[in-house]
Amino acid sequence: MKWSRRDLLKGLGGLPILGAVWWAGAANTVYNRRGRTEILQQLDITPSLPPMVPNIGGEPIKVGIIGFGIRGEQLCRSLGFATKEWMEEMKIEAEIDPKNKALEDFLNQDKLNVKLVGVCDVFDVNAERAINSFSTSEHKVKRYDNYQEMIHSGEVEAVVIATPDHWHAPMSIEALNNNIHVYVEKPMTHTVDETYSLRTAAEQSKAIFAVGHQHRQTLSFKTAKDIVEKGTLGHISLIQTNTNRNDDNGAWNYDIHSKANPDTIDWEQFLGSAPKIPFNKNHFFRWRKWWAYGSGLSGDLLTHDYDRLNCVLNMGIPHSVSASGGIYTHNDGRDVPDVLQVNMEFPEFSTGSSQAQGKEKGMTFCYSATLGNAFSRPTILMGHDATMELGNTLTVWPDMASTRYAEMLEAEKMLPHIPIYQYNPGANVPDAISSATSQYFADKGLMWTYINGERVDSTFLHMREWLSAIKNGGNVSCGIKEGFEEAIAAHMAGISWKLGRKIEWDTDMEVIKPIAGVNFDEVLLSNGKSEIFPVATEQL
Amino acid sequence: MIDSNKDRNVNISIVLLRVFIGWHFLYEGVIKLFNPEWTSFGYLASAQGPLKPFFFLLINPSIIGWVDVLNMAALIIVGVTFTLGIFEKKGAIVAIGLLALYYLAHPPFPWLDQLNTEGNYWFVNKNLIELIACILIYNFPTGHYFGLNYFIKKNL
Repeated sequence: MKWSRRDLLKGLGGLPILGAVWWAGAANTVYNRRGRTEILQQLDITPSLPPMVPNIGGEPIKVGIIGFGIRGEQLCRSLGFATKEWMEEMKIEAEIDPKNKALEDFLNQDKLNVKLVGVCDVFDVNAERAINSFSTSEHKVKRYDNYQEMIHSGEVEAVVIATPDHWHAPMSIEALNNNIHVYVEKPMTHTVDETYSLRTAAEQSKAIFAVGHQHRQTLSFKTAKDIVEKGTLGHISLIQTNTNRNDDNGAWNYDIHSKANPDTIDWEQFLGSAPKIPFNKNHFFRWRKWWAYGSGLSGDLLTHDYDRLNCVLNMGIPHSVSASGGIYTHNDGRDVPDVLQVNMEFPEFSTGSSQAQGKEKGMTFCYSATLGNAFSRPTILMGHDATMELGNTLTVWPDMASTRYAEMLEAEKMLPHIPIYQYNPGANVPDAISSATSQYFADKGLMWTYINGERVDSTFLHMREWLSAIKNGGNVSCGIKEGFEEAIAAHMAGISWKLGRKIEWDTDMEVIKPIAGVNFDEVLLSNGKSEIFPVATEQL
Repeated sequence: MIDSNKDRNVNISIVLLRVFIGWHFLYEGVIKLFNPEWTSFGYLASAQGPLKPFFFLLINPSIIGWVDVLNMAALIIVGVTFTLGIFEKKGAIVAIGLLALYYLAHPPFPWLDQLNTEGNYWFVNKNLIELIACILIYNFPTGHYFGLNYFIKKNL
């Protein structure tokens, strides 16, 4: 049989098409991978793995809860104890909105080897809610009238403190002096003096002390640390971090319980060291709004942002702090500011330099907050060579004038608007027959927070780390050193706002540089800029 | 004469459709073949719609590797059969199966979030249209007109 040219064309015409497509696919993939590999090799970033914590074995750790309000309840859930009321509520929420995974996530959470033995809360309703939910037929959760009784009961090995700020240090110190382990919410202390006393107590105690900055467990922050240490960003001169809130809850106007009255609340105990004022529900439930019990944006939210960056950069206490702001969005009797800008100076700090030696040194940490706008402003680390957006995910863009990447930018192997690195531990990147994305993703690091397909809560990880240190030894990621730095930085910001002047830190003496005629703790505890804002004691 | 002209035009049109769909599948398959880091995890983990639990089963670490290999192999098989014009009916069945899975993993239903779509779709999207085109290719094989089947037919 003889084949004509027409026969061959009709029979074999598909072959060159197949060949061409195959070649194009292979060549493109190999080319793109080479470019990407070149960038990744140069960056040499190690994406974080989930923390490995030794098993918390043996007898369950006997934990007592001091303060069972909003945060106390959340912390208990991280320990594995949810109230019946919350479970019921979340069940309904999940029925209304199937995307609400709060209950599912809670039920999937690994069990910690913990026995909840006691609760301490000055509000009867809170204490009873804990007892009703967490008591079992063989074990009844005990209510203690005050923290001293709990600490000295001999029945508690560790305490979780989630009270108003002015109680953090006295309770922590009492516990540590009795070698009871402490997990305390931030800010670690309410005054400058307390910060030193608590440090001494923690250093002298055999107990493990941890501050509740759960952000330290976020996987992306560990990767961020590696990124900075490898000099990816070059010299960081400016950090911009923000709080953006615009709702009642965000402005600390929490619900006031209908059963709250002088019979159900131990008002004297709540006040503690605070000025003696008559019973006031507003102050009790919304204590974050007054310097007497809380510390507003500087203690409540700046501390998170400061500690997040201190975790990544380890920059320590700022050389000086200047703050400004006011009560501009919630003029409702509060004395803490609701708009606050804090500039922290670190003139000696450096993350390394790709330029001539000595040209670059020093950094400003700029915190900007409002409770009157919720537009999401990300945390940005601005380096000479690159910019990093820091959150649960990380994105790094090269800077157009970078020295380190000059060649690659010149060759257009890097472009300023295209990220050179992205890290997303929970990435869901749709890609089957859809087109490939133009961005560079971290090698295999994409799914690590999905441990067996489950989301993992950072507070759970933070408490697990503390419990493991209690049982197995080892360090906690936010201990007394980190807590001390956080508290001092926050207090400097608070004092600066109140005095309207720059506050400086003496690194050698480890003290805030004195200002003649000013007692810093008196300033911190005073009712805001007291000459401007009168004491708010209105009865609800 | 008019009828045979019409047949010829239909044949050419379907050949073009077949070859281009083959081209698309082949390219997607080859891209994945040459990229050892590629995985369908993200696509499956973000699946929505009635078959979501099924797709979630596939992201199990012990299965996902097989899912990736099978997906890649299926894409290449469809690509080769369609471009070469041989066993195209079998290829079309594989293509219909694959496209049905892609469609069902991210169905363009108005009550679901549309992730990473480059257009606007209401029940019908490009996956579904490509699937329907594969039904046509199954019913009107053209390998004997343009493709390796041409030789087989000639031998007969």
